[in-house]
Amino acid sequence: MSALEVHELRKSYGDLEAVAGISFTVEPGEVFGLLGPNGAGKTTTVEILEGYRKRDGGEVTVLGVDPEHGGTALRERIGVVLQSSELPAALTVREVHRMFAGYYARSRDVDEVIGLVGLEEKADARVKTLSGGQKRRLDLGVALVGDPELVFLDEPTTGFDPAARRTAWELVRALRALGKTILLTTHYLDEAQQLADRVAVIRDGRIVKIGSPAELIGIAPRVEIRYRENGENVVIETDEPTRLLAQLTGEAAAAGRELESLEVVRPSLEDVYLDLIDGGDTA
Amino acid sequence: MRLLLHELRNQQRLFWRNRESAVFVFIFPPMLFLLLGAVYSGKIDGFRAADVLLVGLIGYGCANTAFAGLAITLVIRRESGVLKRIRATPLPTLTYLVAVLCSTLAVFVLQMLVTIALGLTLYGAKGPENWPGLVAAALLGVACFAGLGFAATALIRSSEGASAVVNLIVLPMAFLSGSFGPTRRYPELLRWIADVLPLTYLNRLLKDVYLRDQSFLGHPKDIAIVVAWGLVGALIAWRRFGWEPRER
Repeated sequence: MSALEVHELRKSYGDLEAVAGISFTVEPGEVFGLLGPNGAGKTTTVEILEGYRKRDGGEVTVLGVDPEHGGTALRERIGVVLQSSELPAALTVREVHRMFAGYYARSRDVDEVIGLVGLEEKADARVKTLSGGQKRRLDLGVALVGDPELVFLDEPTTGFDPAARRTAWELVRALRALGKTILLTTHYLDEAQQLADRVAVIRDGRIVKIGSPAELIGIAPRVEIRYRENGENVVIETDEPTRLLAQLTGEAAAAGRELESLEVVRPSLEDVYLDLIDGGDTA
Repeated sequence: MRLLLHELRNQQRLFWRNRESAVFVFIFPPMLFLLLGAVYSGKIDGFRAADVLLVGLIGYGCANTAFAGLAITLVIRRESGVLKRIRATPLPTLTYLVAVLCSTLAVFVLQMLVTIALGLTLYGAKGPENWPGLVAAALLGVACFAGLGFAATALIRSSEGASAVVNLIVLPMAFLSGSFGPTRRYPELLRWIADVLPLTYLNRLLKDVYLRDQSFLGHPKDIAIVVAWGLVGALIAWRRFGWEPRER
Protein backbone atom coordinates (compact mmCIF):
# COMPACT_ATOMS: atom_id res chain seq x y z
CA MET A 1 0.00 0.00 0.00
CA SER A 2 1.27 3.48 -0.85
CA ALA A 3 1.93 5.94 1.96
CA LEU A 4 0.18 8.73 0.08
CA GLU A 5 -2.23 8.57 -2.81
CA VAL A 6 -3.50 11.77 -4.34
CA HIS A 7 -5.80 11.65 -7.31
CA GLU A 8 -7.20 14.70 -9.10
CA LEU A 9 -7.12 16.78 -5.93
CA ARG A 10 -8.92 20.11 -6.15
CA LYS A 11 -9.33 23.04 -3.79
CA SER A 12 -10.55 26.58 -4.36
CA TYR A 13 -10.60 29.64 -2.15
CA GLY A 14 -13.42 31.73 -3.57
CA ASP A 15 -12.58 32.32 -7.22
CA LEU A 16 -8.98 31.23 -6.81
CA GLU A 17 -8.35 27.62 -7.69
CA ALA A 18 -5.36 26.91 -5.46
CA VAL A 19 -5.12 23.23 -6.37
CA ALA A 20 -6.45 22.35 -9.80
CA GLY A 21 -6.26 18.61 -10.19
CA ILE A 22 -3.08 17.22 -8.68
CA SER A 23 -2.21 13.50 -8.72
CA PHE A 24 0.79 11.72 -7.28
CA THR A 25 1.70 8.69 -5.21
CA VAL A 26 4.35 8.34 -2.54
CA GLU A 27 5.66 4.91 -1.55
CA PRO A 28 6.67 3.97 2.00
CA GLY A 29 10.21 5.08 2.79
CA GLU A 30 10.29 7.52 -0.09
CA VAL A 31 11.22 11.19 0.16
CA PHE A 32 8.90 13.08 -2.17
CA GLY A 33 9.38 16.76 -2.95
CA LEU A 34 6.73 19.27 -3.97
CA LEU A 35 8.68 22.01 -5.68
CA GLY A 36 7.26 25.29 -6.81
CA PRO A 37 7.11 29.05 -6.26
CA ASN A 38 5.09 30.70 -3.50
CA GLY A 39 1.39 30.47 -4.21
CA ALA A 40 1.71 27.39 -6.43
CA GLY A 41 -0.53 25.32 -4.15
CA LYS A 42 2.08 23.36 -2.21
CA THR A 43 0.94 24.30 1.27
CA THR A 44 -2.74 23.87 0.40
CA THR A 45 -1.99 20.37 -0.84
CA VAL A 46 0.01 19.47 2.26
CA GLU A 47 -2.59 20.92 4.62
CA ILE A 48 -5.30 18.84 2.98
CA LEU A 49 -3.15 15.75 3.52
CA GLU A 50 -2.50 16.77 7.13
CA GLY A 51 -6.25 17.00 7.70
CA TYR A 52 -6.45 20.79 8.18
CA ARG A 53 -8.58 21.51 5.12
CA LYS A 54 -11.38 19.83 3.28
CA ARG A 55 -10.84 19.22 -0.38
CA ASP A 56 -13.34 20.28 -3.03
CA GLY A 57 -12.72 17.27 -5.22
CA GLY A 58 -10.55 14.26 -5.88
CA GLU A 59 -9.47 11.24 -3.87
CA VAL A 60 -6.85 11.31 -1.15
CA THR A 61 -5.53 8.64 1.17
CA VAL A 62 -2.86 9.09 3.82
CA LEU A 63 -1.48 5.78 5.13
CA GLY A 64 -4.56 4.19 3.62
CA VAL A 65 -7.02 6.56 5.34
CA ASP A 66 -8.99 9.58 4.15
CA PRO A 67 -7.40 12.45 6.15
CA GLU A 68 -10.79 14.19 6.52
CA HIS A 69 -11.97 11.25 8.60
CA GLY A 70 -8.66 9.93 9.95
CA GLY A 71 -9.16 11.33 13.44
CA THR A 72 -6.77 10.64 16.28
CA ALA A 73 -5.82 7.19 14.93
CA LEU A 74 -4.27 8.79 11.83
CA ARG A 75 -2.69 11.63 13.80
CA GLU A 76 -0.87 9.02 15.92
CA ARG A 77 0.98 7.99 12.76
CA ILE A 78 1.95 11.31 11.17
CA GLY A 79 4.41 14.03 12.13
CA VAL A 80 3.98 17.61 11.03
CA VAL A 81 6.32 20.56 10.58
CA LEU A 82 4.17 23.53 9.63
CA GLN A 83 5.45 26.37 7.49
CA SER A 84 5.09 28.83 10.34
CA SER A 85 4.09 27.89 13.83
CA GLU A 86 5.57 28.62 17.19
CA LEU A 87 5.88 26.44 20.24
CA PRO A 88 5.27 27.67 23.79
CA ALA A 89 8.04 30.24 24.32
CA ALA A 90 8.18 29.92 28.11
CA LEU A 91 8.86 26.18 28.17
CA THR A 92 12.26 24.55 27.78
CA VAL A 93 13.17 22.38 24.81
CA ARG A 94 12.78 19.23 26.91
CA GLU A 95 9.44 20.36 28.35
CA VAL A 96 8.01 21.04 24.90
CA HIS A 97 9.11 17.58 23.76
CA ARG A 98 7.54 16.01 26.87
CA MET A 99 4.34 17.98 26.35
CA PHE A 100 3.94 16.66 22.82
CA ALA A 101 5.21 13.16 23.63
CA GLY A 102 2.34 12.88 26.11
CA TYR A 103 -0.20 13.27 23.29
CA TYR A 104 0.84 9.99 21.65
CA ALA A 105 0.04 6.47 22.71
CA ARG A 106 3.50 5.35 21.58
CA SER A 107 6.16 8.00 21.84
CA ARG A 108 9.91 7.98 21.41
CA ASP A 109 12.32 8.68 24.22
CA VAL A 110 12.41 12.45 24.55
CA ASP A 111 16.16 12.77 25.11
CA GLU A 112 16.86 10.50 22.17
CA VAL A 113 14.79 12.77 19.91
CA ILE A 114 16.49 15.88 21.27
CA GLY A 115 19.81 14.23 20.43
CA LEU A 116 18.60 13.27 16.97
CA VAL A 117 17.83 16.89 16.10
CA GLY A 118 21.06 18.09 17.73
CA LEU A 119 19.61 20.15 20.56
CA GLU A 120 21.27 18.32 23.49
CA GLU A 121 23.05 21.45 24.62
CA LYS A 122 19.82 23.42 24.49
CA ALA A 123 17.63 20.82 26.21
CA ASP A 124 17.10 22.99 29.28
CA ALA A 125 16.98 26.32 27.44
CA ARG A 126 13.69 28.19 27.06
CA VAL A 127 12.23 28.12 23.57
CA LYS A 128 12.30 31.92 23.37
CA THR A 129 16.11 31.91 23.65
CA LEU A 130 16.61 29.69 20.59
CA SER A 131 17.85 30.95 17.22
CA GLY A 132 15.72 30.57 14.11
CA GLY A 133 17.56 27.45 13.02
CA GLN A 134 17.32 25.91 16.48
CA LYS A 135 13.57 26.61 16.57
CA ARG A 136 13.19 24.78 13.27
CA ARG A 137 15.08 21.82 14.73
CA LEU A 138 12.72 21.95 17.69
CA ASP A 139 9.78 21.85 15.26
CA LEU A 140 11.32 18.77 13.73
CA GLY A 141 11.98 17.12 17.07
CA VAL A 142 8.39 17.71 18.16
CA ALA A 143 7.22 16.22 14.86
CA LEU A 144 9.26 13.08 15.54
CA VAL A 145 8.42 12.57 19.18
CA GLY A 146 5.34 10.50 18.32
CA ASP A 147 7.48 8.15 16.22
CA PRO A 148 5.49 8.83 13.01
CA GLU A 149 5.57 6.69 9.89
CA LEU A 150 5.01 9.69 7.67
CA VAL A 151 6.43 13.18 8.15
CA PHE A 152 5.22 16.36 6.43
CA LEU A 153 7.84 19.08 6.13
CA ASP A 154 6.41 22.34 4.80
CA GLU A 155 9.31 24.54 3.67
CA PRO A 156 11.62 23.35 6.43
CA THR A 157 14.54 25.60 5.52
CA THR A 158 12.95 28.81 4.26
CA GLY A 159 14.85 31.75 5.67
CA PHE A 160 17.87 29.70 6.73
CA ASP A 161 21.46 30.71 6.15
CA PRO A 162 23.46 28.22 4.04
CA ALA A 163 25.06 26.49 7.05
CA ALA A 164 21.71 25.99 8.76
CA ARG A 165 20.28 24.58 5.55
CA ARG A 166 23.09 22.03 5.34
CA THR A 167 22.35 20.96 8.90
CA ALA A 168 18.64 20.66 8.16
CA TRP A 169 19.40 18.57 5.10
CA GLU A 170 21.47 16.21 7.21
CA LEU A 171 18.48 15.86 9.52
CA VAL A 172 16.15 14.98 6.68
CA ARG A 173 18.64 12.40 5.45
CA ALA A 174 18.78 10.99 8.98
CA LEU A 175 14.98 10.71 8.96
CA ARG A 176 15.13 8.91 5.67
CA ALA A 177 17.66 6.51 7.14
CA LEU A 178 15.15 5.77 9.90
CA GLY A 179 12.77 4.58 7.19
CA LYS A 180 10.29 7.45 7.47
CA THR A 181 8.24 8.46 4.49
CA ILE A 182 8.66 12.18 3.92
CA LEU A 183 6.64 14.72 1.99
CA LEU A 184 8.67 17.87 1.63
CA THR A 185 7.69 21.17 0.09
CA THR A 186 10.26 23.69 -0.97
CA HIS A 187 10.83 26.49 -3.41
CA TYR A 188 14.53 25.73 -3.54
CA LEU A 189 15.48 23.59 -6.48
CA ASP A 190 18.76 22.45 -4.94
CA GLU A 191 16.93 21.33 -1.83
CA ALA A 192 14.58 19.11 -3.80
CA GLN A 193 17.51 17.80 -5.80
CA GLN A 194 19.55 17.04 -2.68
CA LEU A 195 16.83 15.40 -0.62
CA ALA A 196 14.03 13.99 -2.73
CA ASP A 197 13.84 10.62 -4.44
CA ARG A 198 11.18 12.09 -6.69
CA VAL A 199 10.03 15.62 -7.31
CA ALA A 200 6.79 17.11 -8.55
CA VAL A 201 7.12 20.62 -9.94
CA ILE A 202 3.94 22.58 -9.23
CA ARG A 203 2.74 25.71 -10.92
CA ASP A 204 -0.66 27.37 -10.54
CA GLY A 205 -2.13 24.37 -8.75
CA ARG A 206 -1.02 21.84 -11.34
CA ILE A 207 1.89 19.45 -11.61
CA VAL A 208 3.93 20.42 -14.65
CA LYS A 209 6.60 17.74 -14.27
CA ILE A 210 7.13 14.76 -12.06
CA GLY A 211 10.14 12.48 -11.80
CA SER A 212 13.49 11.85 -10.16
CA PRO A 213 15.92 14.78 -10.02
CA ALA A 214 17.96 13.01 -12.72
CA GLU A 215 14.92 12.82 -14.95
CA LEU A 216 14.29 16.52 -14.41
CA ILE A 217 17.85 17.24 -15.51
CA GLY A 218 17.20 15.02 -18.50
CA ILE A 219 14.62 17.45 -19.79
CA ALA A 220 17.23 20.21 -19.98
CA PRO A 221 17.05 22.28 -23.15
CA ARG A 222 19.79 21.93 -25.69
CA VAL A 223 23.28 23.24 -25.23
CA GLU A 224 24.00 26.65 -26.65
CA ILE A 225 27.17 27.73 -28.45
CA ARG A 226 27.68 31.47 -28.44
CA TYR A 227 30.24 33.71 -30.07
CA ARG A 228 30.57 37.07 -31.81
CA GLU A 229 31.21 37.38 -35.51
CA ASN A 230 31.38 40.59 -37.52
CA GLY A 231 30.12 42.48 -34.46
CA GLU A 232 27.02 40.34 -34.11
CA ASN A 233 26.11 37.82 -31.44
CA VAL A 234 25.59 34.32 -32.74
CA VAL A 235 23.71 31.73 -30.68
CA ILE A 236 23.35 28.16 -31.91
CA GLU A 237 21.31 25.55 -30.02
CA THR A 238 22.43 22.01 -30.53
CA ASP A 239 22.17 18.45 -29.29
CA GLU A 240 25.64 17.70 -30.65
CA PRO A 241 27.87 20.37 -29.20
CA THR A 242 31.11 18.41 -29.74
CA ARG A 243 30.64 17.89 -33.45
CA LEU A 244 29.32 21.39 -34.05
CA LEU A 245 32.08 23.01 -32.05
CA ALA A 246 34.77 21.06 -33.89
CA GLN A 247 33.25 22.12 -37.17
CA LEU A 248 32.98 25.79 -36.20
CA THR A 249 36.45 26.04 -34.76
CA GLY A 250 37.92 24.04 -37.65
CA GLU A 251 36.45 26.40 -40.20
CA ALA A 252 37.47 29.47 -38.29
CA ALA A 253 41.02 28.23 -37.78
CA ALA A 254 41.34 27.29 -41.43
CA ALA A 255 40.19 30.78 -42.46
CA GLY A 256 42.39 32.42 -39.85
CA ARG A 257 39.38 33.97 -38.12
CA GLU A 258 38.90 34.32 -34.41
CA LEU A 259 35.54 33.36 -32.84
CA GLU A 260 35.24 36.17 -30.36
CA SER A 261 33.83 35.46 -26.88
CA LEU A 262 33.32 31.82 -27.68
CA GLU A 263 31.46 29.88 -25.02
CA VAL A 264 29.51 26.66 -24.65
CA VAL A 265 26.61 27.04 -22.27
CA ARG A 266 24.70 24.20 -20.67
CA PRO A 267 21.53 25.59 -19.09
CA SER A 268 21.55 24.95 -15.36
CA LEU A 269 18.83 23.08 -13.52
CA GLU A 270 17.82 26.49 -12.24
CA ASP A 271 17.07 27.54 -15.82
CA VAL A 272 15.09 24.35 -16.41
CA TYR A 273 13.10 24.95 -13.28
CA LEU A 274 12.45 28.62 -14.01
CA ASP A 275 11.44 27.63 -17.50
CA LEU A 276 8.96 25.12 -16.07
CA ILE A 277 7.40 27.44 -13.55
CA ASP A 278 7.25 30.33 -15.99
CA GLY A 279 5.02 28.20 -18.13
CA GLY A 280 7.59 27.97 -20.87
CA ASP A 281 7.97 25.09 -23.28
CA THR A 282 8.60 22.01 -21.17
CA ALA A 283 9.76 19.80 -24.02
CA MET B 1 -8.15 10.54 31.61
CA ARG B 2 -4.36 10.18 31.38
CA LEU B 3 -4.40 12.65 28.49
CA LEU B 4 -6.59 15.07 30.42
CA LEU B 5 -4.25 15.06 33.43
CA HIS B 6 -1.25 15.40 31.16
CA GLU B 7 -2.79 18.39 29.40
CA LEU B 8 -3.97 19.93 32.68
CA ARG B 9 -0.38 19.82 33.90
CA ASN B 10 0.76 21.40 30.64
CA GLN B 11 -1.82 24.18 30.99
CA GLN B 12 -0.81 24.89 34.57
CA ARG B 13 2.87 24.98 33.66
CA LEU B 14 2.15 27.32 30.76
CA PHE B 15 0.08 29.62 32.94
CA TRP B 16 2.54 30.01 35.79
CA ARG B 17 5.59 30.10 33.51
CA ASN B 18 4.23 33.10 31.65
CA ARG B 19 4.92 35.83 34.15
CA GLU B 20 2.88 38.57 32.45
CA SER B 21 -0.32 36.55 32.43
CA ALA B 22 0.27 35.13 35.89
CA VAL B 23 0.67 38.63 37.32
CA PHE B 24 -2.18 40.19 35.41
CA VAL B 25 -4.65 37.37 35.90
CA PHE B 26 -3.71 36.08 39.32
CA ILE B 27 -2.29 39.03 41.26
CA PHE B 28 -4.40 41.90 39.94
CA PRO B 29 -7.78 41.14 41.63
CA PRO B 30 -6.37 40.49 45.12
CA MET B 31 -4.20 43.57 44.70
CA LEU B 32 -7.24 45.69 43.84
CA PHE B 33 -8.96 44.24 46.89
CA LEU B 34 -6.07 45.36 49.09
CA LEU B 35 -6.16 48.86 47.61
CA LEU B 36 -9.91 49.33 47.77
CA GLY B 37 -10.09 47.72 51.20
CA ALA B 38 -7.59 50.27 52.45
CA VAL B 39 -9.66 53.16 51.05
CA TYR B 40 -13.24 52.19 51.92
CA SER B 41 -14.41 51.93 55.49
CA GLY B 42 -17.72 51.79 57.30
CA LYS B 43 -20.72 50.03 55.85
CA ILE B 44 -21.97 49.28 52.33
CA ASP B 45 -25.60 48.18 51.99
CA GLY B 46 -25.63 47.26 55.67
CA PHE B 47 -22.54 45.06 55.47
CA ARG B 48 -18.99 45.88 56.46
CA ALA B 49 -17.17 47.50 53.54
CA ALA B 50 -14.31 44.98 53.63
CA ASP B 51 -16.80 42.09 53.37
CA VAL B 52 -18.67 43.63 50.44
CA LEU B 53 -15.42 44.46 48.61
CA LEU B 54 -14.07 40.98 49.22
CA VAL B 55 -17.12 39.45 47.55
CA GLY B 56 -17.07 42.03 44.75
CA LEU B 57 -13.41 41.37 43.99
CA ILE B 58 -14.04 37.62 43.91
CA GLY B 59 -16.62 38.34 41.20
CA TYR B 60 -14.20 40.58 39.32
CA GLY B 61 -11.49 37.93 39.71
CA CYS B 62 -13.79 35.38 38.12
CA ALA B 63 -14.45 37.59 35.09
CA ASN B 64 -10.79 38.58 34.89
CA THR B 65 -9.51 35.00 35.03
CA ALA B 66 -12.10 33.12 33.02
CA PHE B 67 -12.97 35.82 30.49
CA ALA B 68 -10.05 38.24 30.08
CA GLY B 69 -7.16 35.91 30.91
CA LEU B 70 -8.56 33.00 28.93
CA ALA B 71 -9.33 35.09 25.84
CA ILE B 72 -5.90 36.78 25.78
CA THR B 73 -4.10 33.46 26.23
CA LEU B 74 -6.09 31.68 23.55
CA VAL B 75 -5.80 34.51 21.02
CA ILE B 76 -2.01 34.56 21.49
CA ARG B 77 -1.83 30.78 21.15
CA ARG B 78 -3.97 30.86 18.04
CA GLU B 79 -2.06 33.68 16.33
CA SER B 80 1.35 32.16 17.09
CA GLY B 81 0.24 28.85 15.57
CA VAL B 82 0.42 26.82 18.79
CA LEU B 83 -3.27 25.85 18.56
CA LYS B 84 -2.87 24.82 14.93
CA ARG B 85 0.17 22.73 15.79
CA ILE B 86 -1.64 20.95 18.61
CA ARG B 87 -4.48 20.12 16.21
CA ALA B 88 -2.06 17.92 14.26
CA THR B 89 -1.47 15.71 17.33
CA PRO B 90 -3.76 12.93 18.56
CA LEU B 91 -4.90 15.09 21.49
CA PRO B 92 -8.71 15.26 21.12
CA THR B 93 -10.21 18.74 20.85
CA LEU B 94 -12.58 18.08 23.73
CA THR B 95 -9.76 16.96 26.02
CA TYR B 96 -7.85 20.12 25.21
CA LEU B 97 -10.82 22.39 25.91
CA VAL B 98 -11.72 20.60 29.14
CA ALA B 99 -8.11 20.88 30.31
CA VAL B 100 -8.12 24.61 29.55
CA LEU B 101 -11.37 25.00 31.51
CA CYS B 102 -10.13 22.98 34.51
CA SER B 103 -6.88 24.90 34.54
CA THR B 104 -8.78 28.20 34.52
CA LEU B 105 -11.00 26.97 37.34
CA ALA B 106 -7.98 25.91 39.38
CA VAL B 107 -6.35 29.31 38.96
CA PHE B 108 -9.54 31.11 39.95
CA VAL B 109 -10.22 28.94 43.01
CA LEU B 110 -6.68 29.50 44.24
CA GLN B 111 -7.04 33.22 43.64
CA MET B 112 -10.35 33.27 45.53
CA LEU B 113 -8.76 31.51 48.50
CA VAL B 114 -5.86 33.98 48.51
CA THR B 115 -8.27 36.92 48.40
CA ILE B 116 -10.34 35.48 51.27
CA ALA B 117 -7.19 34.82 53.29
CA LEU B 118 -6.00 38.40 52.73
CA GLY B 119 -9.41 39.70 53.81
CA LEU B 120 -9.47 37.60 56.95
CA THR B 121 -5.95 38.47 58.04
CA LEU B 122 -5.59 42.11 56.97
CA TYR B 123 -9.06 43.62 57.10
CA GLY B 124 -10.85 41.38 59.57
CA ALA B 125 -13.35 40.39 56.91
CA LYS B 126 -15.52 37.37 57.56
CA GLY B 127 -15.25 34.03 55.88
CA PRO B 128 -17.96 32.61 53.63
CA GLU B 129 -21.24 31.73 55.36
CA ASN B 130 -22.20 29.04 52.88
CA TRP B 131 -19.13 27.16 51.56
CA PRO B 132 -20.93 24.75 49.19
CA GLY B 133 -22.91 27.70 47.85
CA LEU B 134 -19.66 29.61 47.23
CA VAL B 135 -18.17 26.67 45.37
CA ALA B 136 -21.32 26.37 43.26
CA ALA B 137 -21.25 30.09 42.46
CA ALA B 138 -17.57 29.88 41.54
CA LEU B 139 -18.24 26.99 39.17
CA LEU B 140 -21.16 28.81 37.59
CA GLY B 141 -19.11 31.99 37.24
CA VAL B 142 -16.14 30.25 35.63
CA ALA B 143 -18.43 28.36 33.24
CA CYS B 144 -20.26 31.53 32.19
CA PHE B 145 -17.20 33.71 31.75
CA ALA B 146 -15.20 30.96 30.06
CA GLY B 147 -18.04 30.64 27.54
CA LEU B 148 -17.80 34.38 26.94
CA GLY B 149 -14.01 34.10 26.89
CA PHE B 150 -14.14 31.54 24.09
CA ALA B 151 -16.54 33.84 22.23
CA ALA B 152 -14.19 36.80 22.65
CA THR B 153 -11.32 34.63 21.37
CA ALA B 154 -13.37 33.84 18.30
CA LEU B 155 -14.17 37.51 17.66
CA ILE B 156 -10.75 39.09 18.37
CA ARG B 157 -8.50 39.07 15.33
CA SER B 158 -5.02 39.92 16.60
CA SER B 159 -2.84 39.26 19.64
CA GLU B 160 -1.90 42.94 19.83
CA GLY B 161 -5.50 44.02 20.34
CA ALA B 162 -6.60 41.21 22.63
CA SER B 163 -5.57 42.68 25.95
CA ALA B 164 -7.00 46.11 25.17
CA VAL B 165 -10.33 44.74 23.95
CA VAL B 166 -11.01 42.43 26.88
CA ASN B 167 -10.01 45.01 29.48
CA LEU B 168 -12.22 47.56 27.79
CA ILE B 169 -15.02 45.11 28.52
CA VAL B 170 -14.05 43.68 31.90
CA LEU B 171 -13.11 46.82 33.82
CA PRO B 172 -16.25 48.87 33.01
CA MET B 173 -18.37 45.75 33.57
CA ALA B 174 -16.85 45.20 37.02
CA PHE B 175 -17.31 48.86 37.84
CA LEU B 176 -20.97 48.85 36.77
CA SER B 177 -21.73 45.51 38.40
CA GLY B 178 -20.63 46.72 41.81
CA SER B 179 -17.40 44.78 42.13
CA PHE B 180 -15.49 47.88 43.17
CA GLY B 181 -18.09 49.41 45.47
CA PRO B 182 -21.77 50.28 45.85
CA THR B 183 -23.74 51.23 42.72
CA ARG B 184 -26.86 52.70 44.36
CA ARG B 185 -25.83 56.29 43.59
CA TYR B 186 -24.92 55.57 39.94
CA PRO B 187 -26.99 57.41 37.31
CA GLU B 188 -30.05 55.52 36.15
CA LEU B 189 -28.61 54.81 32.71
CA LEU B 190 -25.56 53.09 34.20
CA ARG B 191 -27.70 51.06 36.56
CA TRP B 192 -29.91 50.11 33.64
CA ILE B 193 -26.84 48.84 31.75
CA ALA B 194 -25.67 47.02 34.87
CA ASP B 195 -29.01 45.21 34.98
CA VAL B 196 -28.17 43.21 31.86
CA LEU B 197 -24.55 42.37 32.70
CA PRO B 198 -23.77 38.82 33.87
CA LEU B 199 -21.35 40.00 36.56
CA THR B 200 -24.17 41.92 38.27
CA TYR B 201 -26.00 38.65 38.85
CA LEU B 202 -22.90 36.65 39.71
CA ASN B 203 -22.01 39.30 42.31
CA ARG B 204 -25.53 39.04 43.75
CA LEU B 205 -25.28 35.27 43.97
CA LEU B 206 -21.86 35.52 45.60
CA LYS B 207 -23.25 38.01 48.12
CA ASP B 208 -26.17 35.70 48.90
CA VAL B 209 -23.97 32.71 49.70
CA TYR B 210 -20.99 34.54 51.18
CA LEU B 211 -22.60 37.25 53.29
CA ARG B 212 -26.23 36.25 53.82
CA ASP B 213 -25.86 32.49 54.27
CA GLN B 214 -28.58 31.94 51.70
CA SER B 215 -29.00 28.90 49.51
CA PHE B 216 -27.25 29.07 46.12
CA LEU B 217 -30.52 28.03 44.50
CA GLY B 218 -32.50 30.76 46.27
CA HIS B 219 -32.56 33.04 43.23
CA PRO B 220 -33.07 30.90 40.13
CA LYS B 221 -33.61 33.98 37.97
CA ASP B 222 -30.10 35.24 38.74
CA ILE B 223 -28.67 31.83 37.91
CA ALA B 224 -30.68 31.69 34.69
CA ILE B 225 -29.33 35.05 33.50
CA VAL B 226 -25.72 34.02 34.18
CA VAL B 227 -26.28 30.69 32.44
CA ALA B 228 -27.90 32.45 29.48
CA TRP B 229 -24.84 34.69 29.01
CA GLY B 230 -22.58 31.67 29.16
CA LEU B 231 -24.67 29.84 26.57
CA VAL B 232 -24.67 32.84 24.22
CA GLY B 233 -20.88 32.91 24.53
CA ALA B 234 -20.59 29.19 23.92
CA LEU B 235 -22.87 29.47 20.88
CA ILE B 236 -20.77 32.26 19.33
CA ALA B 237 -17.64 30.25 20.07
CA TRP B 238 -19.20 27.13 18.56
CA ARG B 239 -19.89 28.95 15.31
CA ARG B 240 -16.85 31.19 15.04
CA PHE B 241 -13.98 29.65 16.99
CA GLY B 242 -10.95 28.95 14.83
CA TRP B 243 -7.70 27.12 15.50
CA GLU B 244 -5.60 28.80 12.86
CA PRO B 245 -4.02 32.26 12.75
CA ARG B 246 -6.28 34.92 11.26
CA GLU B 247 -3.60 36.55 9.14
CA ARG B 248 -5.36 35.63 5.91
